[in-house]
Amino acid sequence: MTAVEAPPTPARGSGPSPTTGNAVTRGLRRLTRARETGIVIAVIVVVVVTTLVNPSFLFSVDGWRDLLLTPAMLLLLAVGEAMVIVTRSVDLSVGSVVGLTAYLTGELFIHVPGIPIVVVFLAGIVAGGILGLINGALVAFAKVPALVITLGTLYVYRGVNVLWTGSNQINPSQLPDNFLNIGTNSIVGLPYLFFIALVVVLIAGWYMRNKRSGRELYAIGSDPAAAELYGLKVTQRVFIAFVISGALAGLAGVLFTARYGTSDSQTGTGLELQAVGAAVIGGVAIFGGSGSVYGAAIGAFLLITISRALPILGVQSFWQQAVVGILIIGAIILDRYLALRVSRRLLAERENSHE
Amino acid sequence: MSSATTTATAPSPEPRALTDYGRPLWRRLLISREATIIAALIVVSIVASAVVPYFGSTTTVDFLLLDTAPILMIALPMTFVIVTGEIDLSVASTLGLSSVTLGLLTQAHVPMILSILVCLVVGLVAGAVNGFLVTVVGLPSIAVTIGTIALYRGIAVGLLGTTTITTFPSSWEGLAQNQFGTSGIPYVMVPIVVLILVFGAVLHFTSFGRGLFALGLSKDTAAFSGINVNRSKFIAFLLTGVVSALAGVFWTLRYATARGDNGTGLELSVIAAVLLGGVSIFGGKGALPGVIAGVLLIGVLQSALQLAGVSSDAITVVTGIVLVLSVVTPQVITRVRARRPRAA
Repeated sequence: MTAVEAPPTPARGSGPSPTTGNAVTRGLRRLTRARETGIVIAVIVVVVVTTLVNPSFLFSVDGWRDLLLTPAMLLLLAVGEAMVIVTRSVDLSVGSVVGLTAYLTGELFIHVPGIPIVVVFLAGIVAGGILGLINGALVAFAKVPALVITLGTLYVYRGVNVLWTGSNQINPSQLPDNFLNIGTNSIVGLPYLFFIALVVVLIAGWYMRNKRSGRELYAIGSDPAAAELYGLKVTQRVFIAFVISGALAGLAGVLFTARYGTSDSQTGTGLELQAVGAAVIGGVAIFGGSGSVYGAAIGAFLLITISRALPILGVQSFWQQAVVGILIIGAIILDRYLALRVSRRLLAERENSHE
Repeated sequence: MSSATTTATAPSPEPRALTDYGRPLWRRLLISREATIIAALIVVSIVASAVVPYFGSTTTVDFLLLDTAPILMIALPMTFVIVTGEIDLSVASTLGLSSVTLGLLTQAHVPMILSILVCLVVGLVAGAVNGFLVTVVGLPSIAVTIGTIALYRGIAVGLLGTTTITTFPSSWEGLAQNQFGTSGIPYVMVPIVVLILVFGAVLHFTSFGRGLFALGLSKDTAAFSGINVNRSKFIAFLLTGVVSALAGVFWTLRYATARGDNGTGLELSVIAAVLLGGVSIFGGKGALPGVIAGVLLIGVLQSALQLAGVSSDAITVVTGIVLVLSVVTPQVITRVRARRPRAA
């Protein structure tokens, strides 16, 4: 186990840069080694096969729109979850955070007539961020495993949601039309919600790859003790990862209400496992230190697309979860295999360099 | 339990066992996590009986025990798994799968005893798959069981769809629903008490049980001491599978419904109760009496609040807060103590 986690290079795909070959072959080699390539291929296969069975899956206005629109919320959750998991924590409370902010969105429109939509979006993000802040504070300062803390806050947040909501339900008729339009309309073929999610994915991906504080998240997840010794601000970084995860879940809650026009006390239940599942399928190692938010985002895309494809492929939707389960297990087995291969290669290289 | 562990490693067992950590045994027992949680259980029970009307009645006790029975059952093997430093999130899905199996077999007029045996085999297989992936393939148990949550639940829902099977032999339903006369003690407590005694004896009085603690503290040290790490973990996962299936049989008969989504979310309650009972999520620390007290404490709290007219949702909040506090408080106390200059 420890031997596998030993290589500290977070992006296993990039590896030692090959000096031979021209730019094209180098690019190709990099592409075949990238952890995300396999899952992108899986997504393409699912979409192509389903479209062959039923062309309207892709080639209709609604088909194209739903293909991008439906995964938008899980994309956000998966990105936040990936940032937390990279630091060797986990955030199980995101489903409950989505529920709370989805209801908050509806309540704001009902009780503050004429409230600008931007303010509602900000309110959702801030509310989610505060809930994430509570998680982060408990995890970072009490030094208790995130699994336990967020398991607790999963209950607490859901309970608060149910207390607040009761048997109430937000209906589309209580929401302004231009807000609901955001949930369904598109800009140059990209649904607004997908566009928002895409921007978030790109920003998070850039941050994790290029910014010092982003790189430090990987270092912390690879070896917390070493990160601490090295003088990284472990507490602060983990804390911020949770705040971001919460804020993105808050944004996802707003998007939920925009998309479906409804929210009640059970909104978002069980989403946490989908978010963790998406990250794991996307190659984010559950014990931290490796993976990318792009992978997690594609994982989310794959999960949602498969669940929409199954009925078209003639598989009862009841079997959907079983397929998801096999996917998750397959992904972690693949991950394990790749990790072993990388560590063997590194060992071999070390042996050779001694000679 | 810590006394026994230290006894084994201490150079001169007899005099040291009583004064380890500079405190006599009785004081260590008194301030142990298990004692705290048992005391909390007793205090809450007494206060609830005094303050909440009808709480002290046998009907309440009956319902309380029936409601907590599945959690109580699964918490036993879950303690084994968590003590080794692993986790099994798939227990509620195994429960659902077992429930669906029982329903389908009953529908096909298979004799009840045989159906139950098949359910247990299903649980055994579910546990074996988890155990195989964790020990042989060497995958992290949290990732594996997040996968099998979806897999087992998916098979259960896939087999039965949205249909519900509700006809079971009434004699069997009675076994799962009735109590001894008007004592408030349901029949099901008999097998549960037997399970508790067996699991308690295995965990605390056999070398296998000691081994589980040892490998939770340090896998390498355990392996060097001659403990078969993988076999021990595998057995722990087999046990959670079988007991979860057994809980599935009970669940089905108690509510007389076999559904694919039976027990959804129960894994969180089980883990919450185990951690509340003082088992460390890092492994290597904990004791079964504490776990049982933890399960009952949550049960008593929930049922008392219910009777007091608190909505079930507020109860969810309380459960969460209790869980968070129960893990945060000891940590904070330890850190504060560590900071305080030690008196010579």
